[in-house]
Amino acid sequence: MRPTTETELAGIVTAAAAPLLVRGGGTRRIGEAAGQVLETSGLTGVVLYEPGALTLVAKAGTPVAEVEAVLTGERQRLAFEVPDLRGLLGREGVSTIGGVVAANASGPRRVQAGACRDSLLGVRFVDGTGAVIKNGGRVMKNVTGYDLVKLMAGSHGTLGVLTEASFKVQAVPEAEATLRCEGLDARQAVAALAVAMGSPFDVSGAAWTPADGAVVRVEGLAGSVDYRAAELLTRLGAGWSRVEGAGHWRAIRDVSGFAGREGAVWRVSVKPSDAPLVLEALAPVVRDMVMDWAGGLLWLLVEDGTPGAVVRGALPGGHATRVRGAGEGPVFHPEAPALARVTAGLRARFDPKGVFNQGMMG
Amino acid sequence: MDMPVPDAAILARKGRIVARLRALLPADAVIDDAAEVRVYECDALSAYRCPPMAAVLPRTTAEVSAVLRVCWEEGVPVVPRGSGTSLAGGALPTADCVILGVARMNAVLEADYQNRFVRVQSGRTNLSVTGAVEAEGFFYAPDPSSQLACAIAGNIAMNSGGAHCLKYGVTTNNLLGVTLVQMDGTVLEIGGPWADAGGLDVLGVVCGSEGQLGVVTEATLRILPKPEGARPVLIGFASNEVAGACVADIIKAGVLPVAIEFMDRMLIRVCEDFAQAGYPDCEALLIIEVEGSDAEIDEQLALITAIAARHDPVAVIEAEDEAQARRIWLGRKSAFSAIGKISDYMCLDGTIPVSSLPHVLRRIGEMSVEFGLAVGNVFHAGDGNMHPLILYDANKPGDLETCERFGAEVLKLCVEVGGCLTGEHGVGIEKRDLMGVQFAPEDIEAQLRVKDVFDPKWLLNPAKVFPLAVTSDRRAA
Ligand SMILES: Cc1cc2nc3c(=O)[nH]c(=O)nc-3n(C[C@H](O)[C@H](O)[C@@H](O)COP(=O)(O)OP(=O)(O)OC[C@H]3O[C@@H](n4cnc5c(N)ncnc54)[C@H](O)[C@@H]3O)c2cc1C
Ligand SMILES: Cc1cc2nc3c(=O)[nH]c(=O)nc-3n(C[C@H](O)[C@H](O)[C@H](O)COP(=O)(O)OP(=O)(O)OC[C@H]3O[C@@H](n4cnc5c(N)ncnc54)[C@H](O)[C@@H]3O)c2cc1C
Repeated sequence: MRPTTETELAGIVTAAAAPLLVRGGGTRRIGEAAGQVLETSGLTGVVLYEPGALTLVAKAGTPVAEVEAVLTGERQRLAFEVPDLRGLLGREGVSTIGGVVAANASGPRRVQAGACRDSLLGVRFVDGTGAVIKNGGRVMKNVTGYDLVKLMAGSHGTLGVLTEASFKVQAVPEAEATLRCEGLDARQAVAALAVAMGSPFDVSGAAWTPADGAVVRVEGLAGSVDYRAAELLTRLGAGWSRVEGAGHWRAIRDVSGFAGREGAVWRVSVKPSDAPLVLEALAPVVRDMVMDWAGGLLWLLVEDGTPGAVVRGALPGGHATRVRGAGEGPVFHPEAPALARVTAGLRARFDPKGVFNQGMMG
Repeated sequence: MDMPVPDAAILARKGRIVARLRALLPADAVIDDAAEVRVYECDALSAYRCPPMAAVLPRTTAEVSAVLRVCWEEGVPVVPRGSGTSLAGGALPTADCVILGVARMNAVLEADYQNRFVRVQSGRTNLSVTGAVEAEGFFYAPDPSSQLACAIAGNIAMNSGGAHCLKYGVTTNNLLGVTLVQMDGTVLEIGGPWADAGGLDVLGVVCGSEGQLGVVTEATLRILPKPEGARPVLIGFASNEVAGACVADIIKAGVLPVAIEFMDRMLIRVCEDFAQAGYPDCEALLIIEVEGSDAEIDEQLALITAIAARHDPVAVIEAEDEAQARRIWLGRKSAFSAIGKISDYMCLDGTIPVSSLPHVLRRIGEMSVEFGLAVGNVFHAGDGNMHPLILYDANKPGDLETCERFGAEVLKLCVEVGGCLTGEHGVGIEKRDLMGVQFAPEDIEAQLRVKDVFDPKWLLNPAKVFPLAVTSDRRAA
């Protein structure tokens, strides 16, 4: 089913008696869910764009590429650096902006500019009863009623089908600089990245891979970027130098180093200083890794079939999601019982018939 | 302002309820004396007052849980309270409620500079969070003007903002986790010192829920390294429209000031009289602050003043030194006190798309004539969060009501142009009855369902946020 208006979509949900599988571009869905496919790709178009107010509103099925093209025309962008995980997940197709919101998909700039949920100003969605609901709006500050915008971001289509999303956007800065140091191990990298993040130099990226080493990014006005890059080099010490090109960040954002390689992929969210501990504990099964967010995010390529309990057992806190491949146990990290009751309650209230993405996030 | 009729059955059981609470807490932490509970009769929306049945001042999450459990068993409404600085009546009691104040819960539990977070008990004041980490060169970014007094608990409940949110975001963008106690005493740990939720973003909906979903007892907050320096520039303009256009151009140019504050002629004069800040006498002024090293500040201010020059400014005052920077901010920061000195006032908090600024300011000026009440404008222009201050005379019969009608019209206008009723102060009781202007019934119903999940008996701060008629069945059930 491929509705072309919100009303038509609401009608489909109202009439639905069997489970629906919500699909944007189908490029990123992770987790198991069954049901009749409900596509959002018929709901497209940038509805409003005010560069002077830094706001953009788009229908949920709008291709991410279309949104980015419109923004680029005004030298603006989505601050949270939308990842393109098609290579990693081995999928083809056209990612939609609704899918990005539903996954709260956020790249390296999250450490400075926040996640997708932090740029998201408002949503419209159809809940499980077929009601069309709006929350938030298109202004920068809004505390009117409960913040269902955040709740919808990252809800993976379990609470409703998004039909429209509005974003705060950002001007593309005049300049950027990347600093790099090869030959660090995970522990040394996390320590160095913490120095960068703890400096007043407004770092907008802090990542590490075993092959390419640690990278730190600053962005802004040209003079300021040169100044901060130089100051950071002084603080970071020997081994660090300024390098050209933005390629490092694309590779980290898209985890492109894992594309086409065998193995399961886990996305692990931890306290940054815990990252080396997790890597040490999982050394026997990990084949490759990407560390982003100064250690707060680990992408792990592990032996296919590694049980979830093994990966999750290595975490002192935080959570782990299996984004690709096999492994005993649920895809999403199990929540503590009291919180799981709240989550289940929210799903039951927003989707009383249980039609959306059954089996997802469970 | 309508409030629910107090439940006579609860009041009749007051002795028993208070005795049960006393069994849980130290003697001085349960207050039920009619004179003493008056301390809690209102928040900063002081036109509305009602002493609670009792107040409790727990010190730990376990005590909060025990208190809530008893109130849940007894069916007693609970109104959580931080420092009582809400401008929306969020902490206003009902006569049959227990006020749960977190003021005694003010410890710093953990400060982790490597991972850049601090964990505090929720009663800690906003400014003292920064106070606890600034020796290490860090600060907590959201900075409501009330930061000396207001508590993190209230900040989370209202999702408070401040002058520097333009760059650093509001509370929700700086909150990593909370310990939340549900009305039945269940303790939830939500989030933590990692970046995102493993499941639904429950933290996101708790922040800004105005004390209706649970009592926040602890919070994990992101802290940031302090910038090397900051400097404001003050730019005067010949009209509000021109100042508004200049704001849009600065934003579009890609410089990201930490603050862009706007004042109109009335506020400029009142603040100048009050604070002798050296403001030029003009129709509108902007205070724009940027951060960084001296050279970085120069670079940004050069760009900003070049943009401003295209809008024929009548004055450009760049702070030469620390003292002048303080003076520039002094006028702005004393705006509320300065107005308070000359009149009673109501502070609105609607937010509008920045592009509508000139239109909305013009309409507010026209309404001021229609309603016969003076109005001044001071606000966070970078994000469109307006604070029109309507002057009235509390001693003149009917004036408050006229002021409230005027205020309601302004907020409707904000919604009409694509904005919202409240940008940072919250709905509370003040904007409760206007929710229908911004939301359709289904939109409100979706929000009520969230409360149903967290607080099925509707005992936590039940008379706030939503129109009473809409929630009456749930509250009675
Ligand atoms: C835990 C987790 C973390 C992830 N993190 C990242 C990340 O950090 N970066 C990244 O790039 N990707 C991440 N993904 C992958 C992610 O699913 C996408 O990034 C997403 O952006 C895809 O766009 P799409 O249009 O192809 O969506 P699809 O692949 O079609 O759908 C993605 C998910 O969103 C739902 N969905 C799609 N459209 C809508 C809609 N309109 N309303 C409601 N639900 C909808 C789908 O049901 C599905 O669950 C993550 C996935 C998961 C499960
Ligand atoms: C002079 C002045 C200037 C102000 N400036 C700003 C400003 O610049 N920006 C801004 O955003 N606000 C501002 N405010 C409004 C106010 O300070 C904020 O809303 C603040 O966050 C309230 O905090 P509090 O601790 O005083 O909360 P209270 O007034 O005690 O309570 C506010 C709300 O929080 C709930 N609550 C309190 N404690 C808890 C808890 N433990 N768990 C759950 N819910 C709880 C209450 O039930 C109530 O709904 C200003 C107020 C004044 C008086």
